[in-house]
Amino acid sequence: MKMQVKAVISRPADGVMGKTGAWRDFRPELDSSKCIKCLLCWIFCPDGCIKRADDDSVSIDYVYCKGCGICANECPKQAITMKREGMGE
Amino acid sequence: MIMIDTGDRIAAKAAQMARPEFIAAYPITPQTVIVEKTADYVESGELDAEYIRVESEHSAMTAVIGAAVTGVRTFTATSSHGLALMHEMLHWAAYSRLPIVMVNVNRALGPGWNIWADQSDSLAQRDTGWVQFYCASCQEIFDTIIQAYRLAEMEDVQVPVMVNFDAFVLSHTSMPVEVPDQSDIDAFLPPYRALWKIDPDDPITCFNMLPQSEFGALRKDLHDAHGRVKELIPGIASEWKERFGSYHGGLVEEYLCEDAEYIIVAMGALGAEARVAVEELRREGMKAGLARVRLFRPFPNEVFRRLARNRTFIVVDRNVSIGSGGGVYSELKSGLYGFANAPVHGFIAGLGGKDLTFGEMCEMVRKVADGRAADVEWWGLEE
Repeated sequence: MKMQVKAVISRPADGVMGKTGAWRDFRPELDSSKCIKCLLCWIFCPDGCIKRADDDSVSIDYVYCKGCGICANECPKQAITMKREGMGE
Repeated sequence: MIMIDTGDRIAAKAAQMARPEFIAAYPITPQTVIVEKTADYVESGELDAEYIRVESEHSAMTAVIGAAVTGVRTFTATSSHGLALMHEMLHWAAYSRLPIVMVNVNRALGPGWNIWADQSDSLAQRDTGWVQFYCASCQEIFDTIIQAYRLAEMEDVQVPVMVNFDAFVLSHTSMPVEVPDQSDIDAFLPPYRALWKIDPDDPITCFNMLPQSEFGALRKDLHDAHGRVKELIPGIASEWKERFGSYHGGLVEEYLCEDAEYIIVAMGALGAEARVAVEELRREGMKAGLARVRLFRPFPNEVFRRLARNRTFIVVDRNVSIGSGGGVYSELKSGLYGFANAPVHGFIAGLGGKDLTFGEMCEMVRKVADGRAADVEWWGLEE
């Protein structure tokens, strides 16, 4: 339907509420070699930013991750470390 | 059918006949009767609507917004401190472009605690994006509420509308009102068809975040819609007159303005009183007229620019913007600046419901005509 006036509405899609990853000061980085697939990070992430694959390996969705660091705190193998955004290595 | 009843009960009758599907309201003197009477209509089955009794006016407006985004026609009513408590959510209603219709009974804000007529409550909501009507009779209250829905729901408007009338002077004063048949009202105001709505089967999100790059355009779109409102109201009022007979003016009720040298400008019930003053001054041989402001937002600048040629305006404001002056006075001067050199005199009068008679208005005009009036005067204060 053609909208006659402007109102702020959206249909469900990636990023329609804004790319909130831009708020991040610290970036979680995953060392897959240390990961034991316990999925604690996947359970604890408050924003659903840990992606779980069929084989239970995990990855991080940086479009939405705000860098709270809970995943790094919960990881029993220190496989996730928090790095300052924009500071390089 | 002729109904003889108070402004509040006439407002409730108009709301019932507009067939809102949702009402949330919180009682406050002198609007309480509207809450009671609309609840009666729902209870008796004369109105098929959901009615939520909320715990505050902030919640009332929030509930109405929540209902409106599901695509239904809504109604609420408040006054004074209640309107002030809604302030935050008034912006949400307007900038979400929800065609909510609300009655506000104009009452003073305390302190000093005061339940009587004063327009400072709604003028404090001037910048919230709502269209604001001001009524001068119970018939106008009825007609304006139905017309407000028609206007608010137009596809290229989609703006909430506030219908204001004076505490007690109208809210609790009985007058005869011509009430059309429901079928005729239905023909004038067809069922509401929302342009969008939240729906579990077709999910959308509303009230989203909006980046800096797009924010200004959203504000301008509402501003432009207010411009269209000024173009649409005269047509709606004329169509109503054709169908039902009653007419109260378009954006402004002009009375004996054609040859007038002095034009009284007032809003609400004071506009009805000013009409009597104009007739009295005419009997004395003074060329007086009345321009009663029916619409304060958007403000009818174009009408006043047309009226301004060789005229002196006497603005009677039952409201005050502290540190600036009377609300209508300021709007009028601002609207005329650069377009007309008509002198504008302001009288701040009748605050807190203090009686203001046509005789006093005549004296204001004589004072201006005799060159005895300051630019702005506070009228009738106890010495």
